[in-house]
Amino acid sequence: MKKRSQISEIWRRLKRNKMAMFGLIILLIIVVLAIFAGKIFDYEEVVVKQNIAERLDGPSMQHWLGCDEFGRDILARLVYGSRVSLIVGVVSIAMAMGIGGTIGAVAGYYGGKIDNVIMRIMDVFLAMPSILLAICIVAALGTSLLNLIFAIGVSFIPQFARVVRAQVLSVKDEEFVEAARAIGSKDSTIILREIIPNCMAQIIVQATLSVASAILSTAGLSFIGLGIAPPAPEWGSMLAGGRIYIRDAVHLTLFPGLAIVITILALNLLGDGLRDALDPRLKQ
Amino acid sequence: MIKYVIKRLLMLIPVIIGVSFLVYFIMSLTPGDPAKIMLGDTATVEEIQQMHEELGLDDPIIIRYGRYMLGLLHGDLGNSYTTGRSVFTEVFSRFPATLTLTFWSMLIAIVISIPIGIISATKQYSFIDSFSMIFALLGISIPNFWLGLMLIIAFSVNLGWLPTGGFSGAASIILPAITLGTGCAANITRTTRSSMLEVIRQDFIRTAKSKGVSKRKVINKHALRNALIPVVTIIGLQFGQLLGGAVLTETVFSWPGIGQYLVNSINGKDTNAVTGSIIIFAVCFSLVNLLVDVVYGFIDPRIKAEYQ
Repeated sequence: MKKRSQISEIWRRLKRNKMAMFGLIILLIIVVLAIFAGKIFDYEEVVVKQNIAERLDGPSMQHWLGCDEFGRDILARLVYGSRVSLIVGVVSIAMAMGIGGTIGAVAGYYGGKIDNVIMRIMDVFLAMPSILLAICIVAALGTSLLNLIFAIGVSFIPQFARVVRAQVLSVKDEEFVEAARAIGSKDSTIILREIIPNCMAQIIVQATLSVASAILSTAGLSFIGLGIAPPAPEWGSMLAGGRIYIRDAVHLTLFPGLAIVITILALNLLGDGLRDALDPRLKQ
Repeated sequence: MIKYVIKRLLMLIPVIIGVSFLVYFIMSLTPGDPAKIMLGDTATVEEIQQMHEELGLDDPIIIRYGRYMLGLLHGDLGNSYTTGRSVFTEVFSRFPATLTLTFWSMLIAIVISIPIGIISATKQYSFIDSFSMIFALLGISIPNFWLGLMLIIAFSVNLGWLPTGGFSGAASIILPAITLGTGCAANITRTTRSSMLEVIRQDFIRTAKSKGVSKRKVINKHALRNALIPVVTIIGLQFGQLLGGAVLTETVFSWPGIGQYLVNSINGKDTNAVTGSIIIFAVCFSLVNLLVDVVYGFIDPRIKAEYQ
């Protein structure tokens, strides 16, 4: 019962935050567009087929955001590209959350030597900027959607391990954990059923903000040629492709960038709103 | 204090060994035989075999790694597969460019963000506060490589005020530094603001105010010093982000730094050069973290005390 009321309380506070709701609505629109991309645009005809006659055409009634260097509709490619960004962002963070969360929970719960060894290993991962670790992995394994997800996922593991460990440390001595131990629950049950649900709020905030960073990393990797292979549309590689035309066809770089900014902004608004909803002390 | 610095320096060694091994290990997973790449397609099986023995390519990874790190200590990271030049020399000749870029980006970020953060916190919910918070939010949401392209379009292509890229004099550094510094400035602004807000509400600030200390003095002397600790942390963390972001910014502006070298090496499938530049990046990052921790000890006596 307590869990449900806590979530509805957070939701009530979140609803009052106009900026966060604005972010949530934009995010929902992007997700809906990504899901129904196939219904709106024909992938073979509009997204990948080259049409030299309309090369670099500016925005018009027919092509709202203009055409790229191969005469393909930019809007259609952006809508399809959102799939890559969302999939990589969400799946890689889910992976980081699962693995990093488990590592952090084990470290925090058992403490002592286990904690020490795990956190020193995490320190090694944290000793390099996450984008650099991702670059290193993709450069070694080669470019593909799976490698991209794996690389970005791995680079976010230490952050989740840290957040979850800190959360676990803060609740593991609470009375309800002691009660669970007293009635003879197994360690795994205590961690999964008692501790994790009580840390979930912080983890969700971290996840929301991390999806934003993961999407930025995806675009960055694609921009330097470590994304997915063309002609599949991806925001970062669209930007890279339009780069040489900045003198005469600005729309090639302007719109993909705006798509990234809007998505990241929406996620950050929602993430900030969630954080405030969880910690009302900061608000008032 | 010296004891603390030495302790931190010693703790750095395992981290550097760990991170360099991690990079070395990941890069060793790259498909393709280095000997074949170096010798070209015309090489015979015997030549490849000989190269393997010369370079010890068949040794276990831990031995190859050990040899690599010994090389690093002697300033030798092997030669580039594509140009044949020493990776160590190539990376270090580009080092000043990257350092100049990150230095100016950080300077711009700090000079802009800390005052804005303080003003925002002291005038919470005012017009200035909302305005700067919207800008800070935009700052963390804009990919720096796109911001760079937009700045090039505005200031180089359309207005013709600044060069589009390269490293040639003071004017050429303005756009790359703004590009790289914006995200960092946004983060520092947000941290300064929230840290100030937290400190301002504490009892000792109320005490200072109620005993009649002027508002300016309360902010500058009492609040700011305490609020600065998380700000220093975030500046340190941001320095790492800057090094990572430099890879993209340097690509946009054809900046002759390590980042550009790294990207060119990746595109040229030059594994040796990629490994070398990433390891040097990571070592720099660890050194910056060490520096931040030391500064930390200076401004917060509680941390120094832990090590005594």
